[in-house]
Formats: sequence, structure tokens, C-alpha cells
Amino acid sequence: MSGSDVTRKGVEGERPGRDALTGDAAGRRRRRRGRGERSMVPDAEFSSYYGRPILKKPTWRALDIAGYLYLGGLAGSSSLLAAGAQATGRPELARVAKLGATGAISLSLAALVHDLGRPARFMNMLRVFKPTSPMSVGSWLLSGYAPLTMAAAASDVAGRYRLVGSAATAGAAVLGPAVVTYTAVLISDTAVPSWHEGHRQMPYVFAGSGATAAAGLALAAAPIAQTGPARRMAVLGAALELGVFQLMKRRMGLAAEPLEQGRPHLMLRTAEALTAGGAVLAALSGRRRDRALAAVAGAALLTGSAALRFGLFHAGVASAEDPKYTVVPQRERLEARERGQEA
Amino acid sequence: MTDSGLGEELRTRPDAGHGNQLYGPQHDVAGAAGHLDAPPRMGFFTDTSVCIGCKACEVACKEWNAVPEGGLLLTGMSYDNTQGLSADTWRHVAFIEQRKPMGGQEPGVSHEGVDVFDAASRLGTDPASPGPGATAPAPDTATAPDPAPAGAPAGQISPLAPDGRTELRWLMASDVCKHCTHAACLDVCPTGALFRTEFGTVVVQEDICNGCGYCVPACPYGVIDQRKDDGRVWKCTLCYDRLGVGQEPACAKACPTDSIQFGPLDELRERAEDRVARLQAAGVADARLYGEDPTDGVGGDGAFFLLLDEPEVYGLPPDPVVTTRDLPDMWRHAALAAASLAALAVTSFVRSTGRGRR
Repeated sequence: MSGSDVTRKGVEGERPGRDALTGDAAGRRRRRRGRGERSMVPDAEFSSYYGRPILKKPTWRALDIAGYLYLGGLAGSSSLLAAGAQATGRPELARVAKLGATGAISLSLAALVHDLGRPARFMNMLRVFKPTSPMSVGSWLLSGYAPLTMAAAASDVAGRYRLVGSAATAGAAVLGPAVVTYTAVLISDTAVPSWHEGHRQMPYVFAGSGATAAAGLALAAAPIAQTGPARRMAVLGAALELGVFQLMKRRMGLAAEPLEQGRPHLMLRTAEALTAGGAVLAALSGRRRDRALAAVAGAALLTGSAALRFGLFHAGVASAEDPKYTVVPQRERLEARERGQEA
Repeated sequence: MTDSGLGEELRTRPDAGHGNQLYGPQHDVAGAAGHLDAPPRMGFFTDTSVCIGCKACEVACKEWNAVPEGGLLLTGMSYDNTQGLSADTWRHVAFIEQRKPMGGQEPGVSHEGVDVFDAASRLGTDPASPGPGATAPAPDTATAPDPAPAGAPAGQISPLAPDGRTELRWLMASDVCKHCTHAACLDVCPTGALFRTEFGTVVVQEDICNGCGYCVPACPYGVIDQRKDDGRVWKCTLCYDRLGVGQEPACAKACPTDSIQFGPLDELRERAEDRVARLQAAGVADARLYGEDPTDGVGGDGAFFLLLDEPEVYGLPPDPVVTTRDLPDMWRHAALAAASLAALAVTSFVRSTGRGRR
């Protein structure tokens, strides 16, 4: 019976190879915390089935879906900028924002259809309307929003049907914020620990991040004389994003850990640095009237916003792949409930 | 977790006679889904204490549902080479080896007085030994311990071996889709491909599913998955086609020990309560039910289990909660965030007009 008495050491990392472990050793893992910034929970010992994940990790491709989270934020916020610019007589800024919104949302639609297992069936998204499905709500939202941005941009570029163009610009600005923030609900409404546990703060993080992205595009592409609102939007958006992001990490408990480890950590740190730096540069570029500085600020803000979405996406995938983030918080919840019943 | 009052109210507000659409006990799942005069809710009770790990359920499921091969691999995880539920594995038998005693063999037991030929001739005529057709005998006969032969203490679990060494115990459990009362997969499906049947089960319509994959991370049990070469998602249907013609699901039909029991959920719950009480009385203190409680995070499972260790040992989440419980809260925060973003944009422009255009 050598096969059943091999060793009592725990399984570390992936599925075991040929050495089946028995008894207490099997599936019991003592994990050391990664080098996070703060100690959020003590080292957790928990049981699992051969260290295998409990959840199925998302089948979504990072480039498609994280890319969509980013582009949707860029588009929706750009529509706000476009409407504001049009109302306050900043035609260059309005055109950049309208074209940006149209381009971003068109790419988004392409990415969303591309990510489907059966792309030819994309129209099934509009088969029903389900408020319980953020993806269904989003599909209807996009089917209203995308044509509006396209009409607004087409009218602006062609210089015709101005009234229709203005109405479309206004309509896109009404739907735009919803396009930005619903994407947070889209990923929070899952069992993925690092997405779900941030569900109260994520919409605000995405709102701030969308604002910085749209401001970044405007700074990079519009003349500096018209980008005053974009610079303020960059600063306000960065403050909202970075502030709520810190709050979110504190409220997430153990599920914040994947945000502070490995590649997601690097991406999120980069996002924070680029967003903060971009906002500072944006403010400086306004004071110095420096077009080159504005372009650098814009590029930093655009990249920072993208890095945030990709970082959060990958952190979620990592949290689904490790049973720890599913088991430990649930076990603690159970024990707290039992203590509550005894007391 | 602290929940805001508004979210709580939205979640539990009675709606058209069927309260608790997103969370909480729901006694008429089929009715809440719009089925009129629905048959009783059907489900599985998987009693892992009698599972022998034969994998007949896995095979029967594959055969009946024409589920394709899901990869051939030797994992080293005891006898488990299917590893878990997936798009191509709708029943999965878990094998766990532990150093814990569990009703070990009793050597030297007298078998005088047992006539196997006589017992065989009584097959099917006596409720105590039902014939091959019966998979769900009456609770009393299913759970009553065999008449203890002389010399064997009835209903006792053998203690540690004389040398103090504990025995190896082998846990086997057949996992399956839980057919939750509040099914996150169904709630988040944007196309309506996932639906609630009249039997209260959750089924994917393969001609509707467009492979968006939203149900995959939504499932708190990690059951449903996408078939890569096909693009669509697949999972246990509780043999919807068989139920429709009054047959039991293939896995329950094939299970040789009645570890998998199929029937109306109310009846299964009663049977399970009885069984767990008997096991605990017999000294199996670890025996517990999993997923049978209508007040749990998913409103109770349509397929629940009797386990002999913590759920996570079997790869099951200890306290799953349907993600859509928090959806009203999420929508509220998304709306507030959208309003904040609009206000942020307005502020960006308003300040500029105050100080002159820059």
C-alpha cells in the first residue's frame, strides 16, 4: 500500500502529480500571504479538493472583455464631454469627443460579438429584456447608445442635419454615464470573489476611470485652448477613481488580496501611477499652455484607465482560480453565524 | 456584510404573489417562473455515505445525454480522473482519502442463518429487498441498518485499530448541478437560454445559447461551463427529456446503491432528515446535509447531499450565496455612480464659464 502512505506534507500550488496524498495532508494547504501592503486577514488554513478551484474561471478573453470595460468607459464619458463641449461652444473638443465615443463603442461592439462562443447568434442578446441580467440590460443600453453616438459623429463630420446631431449628442450624453457604470455591475454580479466583493464601490471607480480616459483622449487630440473642461475632468475623475479604489480594497476583505499580488498588482499599481501622474500633468499643461505636455498627460490617462480595467479583470480571474478566496470568507461567515446563534 | 435597507426591501418584497424572487425561501419555484399547475418540484438527494465510487452515474449521464469525451487524463487524485463538473462532465464522482475511521469492516462476523439463495429468490417480492427496477425504496427500508449478525455490535463504528493507528477512510461523492432555488446562472443569462422548467429544474436551451459565458463565473458552485469547440455552455438538465415522460434521470437509474435518489424535493428532504438522524445515532457524527436548507444563500438546492465531512473537502463551497442577492444594491450604486459622473462632467464645464473660457 505504498500508494496511500506516501507523505503527509501538504499539497502546495497546483494539482498533485503522481503522488496521491492521504489523510489530513490531502487537500489541506497552509498558504502564506503574498507580499501585500497590509495584513488583512491572518494566514488561513482551509480544506479543498486537491487544491482545485471551486468556481469556474470566466471564459471571457481579457482583450475582449477587459478591453470592452475600458472602451465602454471611454465612450460613455466622451459623450458627456461632447455634449458639454457642444453646449459651451468648443467645436474641436466636441468633434474629438464624438469621434472618440463612436470609435470606442464600435470597437466595443466588435469585441463583445467576438467574445461570444457563437458570434452569429449575437442578436439573441435582444431576445428578452431581463433586469436581473446586467448583460441583457447592457445589450439594450448599447443598442440605444451606439446609434446615437454614430449619428452625433456623422452629423458633426458631415456638417449636415445639425438638429438631429444635437439631439443625438444630448441623447448619448444621457445614456453615456449608464454605459460607463453598468460595466461595473456586469462583472460584480458574478460569484468571482474579487469582482463581487467590490460591488458597492466598483461603479464609482469605473466612473472615475472612464472620466480620466475621456479626458485623456481630449487632451491628446483637441487643441489646448478648448480642453479646459477636460483637464478639470481629468483631475476630478482621478480623485474619484483613486479615492474610491482605496476604499474598495479596504472593504473587500480577503478578496482584495489578488489585487495586490503578481501581474494584477503590477497593472493596478501602474494604473494608479499613470492616472495620478496624468492628472497632475494635465493640470500643469493647462497652466503652461503646453500642447506636448497635454499629449503626454492624455496618453498617461488613457493607458492608466486601461491598466485599471485589465488589472481588475485579471485579479478577478486569479480569485476564481484559487479556492482560498471562495472557502475562507464563506467559512468565516458560517462560523460568525454559528457564534451568533450560540450567543 | 451589511446590507442597505433599500436593497433588503427590494429583495424580499413580495412580487405578484411570489416573493423572494432573488433571495430567500421560495416554495413555488415553478410558479414563480410562470408555470401554472406545475408538477411537484423534483430533485436529487445524493447520499454520499453509500456511494461506492463506481462512476455508473458518470457513464449513464454521458450515454443518455450524448455528452462528448472531456479529456483523457490520469490525475493522481485518487480514483478521480474527471476532476470536476464541466461542460462535458455533468456527474462527477469525487474521491477523498483520509486518515479517519468510518465504520470499518467487522472481521469474524457470523453469517450463519443468512441464505443468499433464499434472499435472491425474495428479490422484488419483499419491500425490504426491492427488485432491480426500484431505485427509491420507502424511507424506512432504505435507511434501516441491516439486521446485525451475531457478534457485530449493531450500529457501531469500529474504533481505532489496537495499535492506535487510525484507518484510511475513503469518501466518495457524486456531484451534480444543484438546480438552485435562486439560480445565478439563470438570473444572469441575457438571452433566456437558461430557463426554469415546470419541475423546478434549470436547463440550458442549446438552440438559444450564444455562448456569452456570463453564467460560468456567476455559478457559486462552479458547475456550468463552456464547451470550447462548440462555444455554448452545458450542464446537467436533470434529464429533462426523461422527466417529461415520467422516467427518472439516467444517473439515478444507474446508481447501484441508491446513493443518488430522485423524487419530489419535499419527500427527499424528509428522507434525508431521517437518514442523517439515523447515521448520527449510529455514531457517524460527521454526517450532515448540504444544500437542503430553503433558507440558505441560494434558497436551497434542488439537488442536495448528505456529506461525511466539510463541504469544501468535496470541492463544494461551504456557504454559497447567489450573486443576484446583491443586484438591487448594485443597480442602485451604478445609478448613483452614473449620476456622480454626470455631475462631475457638469462641474468640469460650469467652473470654466464662471472664470471665463480657458
